Amino acid sequence: MSSATGTLLEVDDLRVDFPTRTGLIQAVRGVSFSLGRERLGIVGESGSGKSQTGRAIMGVTPPQALVTAKKLAFDDADLLAMPARQRRALRGNRIAMILQDPKYSLDPVMSIGRQIVETLRTHEKVSKAEARERALAMLEAVQIRDPARVFDLHPHEVSGGMGQRAMIAMMLIAGPELMIADEPTSALDVTVQLDVLNILDRLVGERGMGLIFISHDLRLVSSFCDRVIVMYAGKVVEQIKASELRDAQHPYTRGLLNCMPRIGYERHPLPVLDRKPEWAA
Amino acid sequence: MTSAISIEGLEVVFDRFRALKGVSLEVKSGESFGLVGESGSGKSTLLKAIAGLVPAASGTITVNGKTLGARRDKAFYREVQMVFQDPYGSLHPRQTVDRLLQEPLAIHGFADGELRIQRALDEVGLGNGFRFRYAHQLSGGQRQRVAIARALILEPSILLLDEPTSALDASVQAEVLNLLEEVRRRRKLTFLMVSHDLAIITHMCERLMVMQSGEAVETLNASQLIAHRVSADYTHNLLRASEGFVRG
Repeated sequence: MSSATGTLLEVDDLRVDFPTRTGLIQAVRGVSFSLGRERLGIVGESGSGKSQTGRAIMGVTPPQALVTAKKLAFDDADLLAMPARQRRALRGNRIAMILQDPKYSLDPVMSIGRQIVETLRTHEKVSKAEARERALAMLEAVQIRDPARVFDLHPHEVSGGMGQRAMIAMMLIAGPELMIADEPTSALDVTVQLDVLNILDRLVGERGMGLIFISHDLRLVSSFCDRVIVMYAGKVVEQIKASELRDAQHPYTRGLLNCMPRIGYERHPLPVLDRKPEWAA
Repeated sequence: MTSAISIEGLEVVFDRFRALKGVSLEVKSGESFGLVGESGSGKSTLLKAIAGLVPAASGTITVNGKTLGARRDKAFYREVQMVFQDPYGSLHPRQTVDRLLQEPLAIHGFADGELRIQRALDEVGLGNGFRFRYAHQLSGGQRQRVAIARALILEPSILLLDEPTSALDASVQAEVLNLLEEVRRRRKLTFLMVSHDLAIITHMCERLMVMQSGEAVETLNASQLIAHRVSADYTHNLLRASEGFVRG
């Protein structure tokens, strides 16, 4: 897949370390993968390093952390070597990130429309009127029914699903090539979740973006992505095509799939994960 | 069979917003009953109204044959205990596990506290090593076990469970659900459990009620839901959504 369309992102031996008073915490310990214009899922439990992997690619790791990699290249440009200014120009423009909860990730004192316009005008020279036009079109693209009304609303005046759509609109307006979505639907109700995923799916498909979809929900990710990386304790334990997830080899992947209750499958008690120390080795 | 909880036309009003619009419900003694719905459907408000954490505007709540007034007495809380969604928010950050478990015992004047604390910790699979730790020294799953121990220590007959596993990882969720099933079997408890996840409710409960914007949509057996024999459109939507994303 990636060979046909060119590699968008290359990650080789990525490490993220946090120095603390009690010693070094290794959040990400040598993660490697490459991404073309495809949908890649990163799955793991809390503390597995999946979010820190996404943040390191985006360049929003907390300042005390140490990020190292043999290679971390976006479109053949070395992300770790480039000056901060150049990296800032990439962020929000060619690489965008959707966060989990719109309640916390949108600016509470700025109207939704102004936030979208701000993103656009940071990265492109457009007139105010044109920016407004494009923001409204974008809100329409994420299936907000009355874009002109929502444009002037503040984040606390909209529902979670609407806020997440606004966030997607904001992230897509500059036309990024790589989108990192960190638990984009975990804070939403199940029925709203599907609407948001449908929108994301359509827009990512239409625009030919690369997508990194980070989630703790293995089943959701496998229904949405082409390929899945399973992380445990900062490492990749398995890389697998989403369609072949049923034949997963690693006991951790199988355990994760198995331990969720499913409608129509009576299993009492539920199988639980028997964690082996060698998984983290 | 007697009813553990019987609710008749319950209304809860916040300012002018009607959070519950006349809900009726019957939970039999020893039964596990589920409440499902989206956020804002009133399912948590219903639990809180039973626990006396929000005032009822009208309607009656009867627990184990006693109709409740505006205030709950001590005897009520020996019968009914609640486990909350977020184990980070529901444990006192400056109290040790031991202190947390002593509080309900002190309130209700139990003399054999020592023994009960040990037994409660054993029952939730934590053991004595956790007794003098603080909440921040525990993982999410361990915290929820402490919260369950605190609810069980008074030996109630009814547990109100408000999304007890939605803040936990899938593998930890399985452990906590297994624990809940086990204590229910051992102590013959009645569960009233709220969740937005249909799979969890069908796994844990025999009967369930689907709620939407403060009203009951329908009441079903778990087997009816599994067989997709549901009548309301809204329940169909929930079922479809719980099957995951389908590219369309």
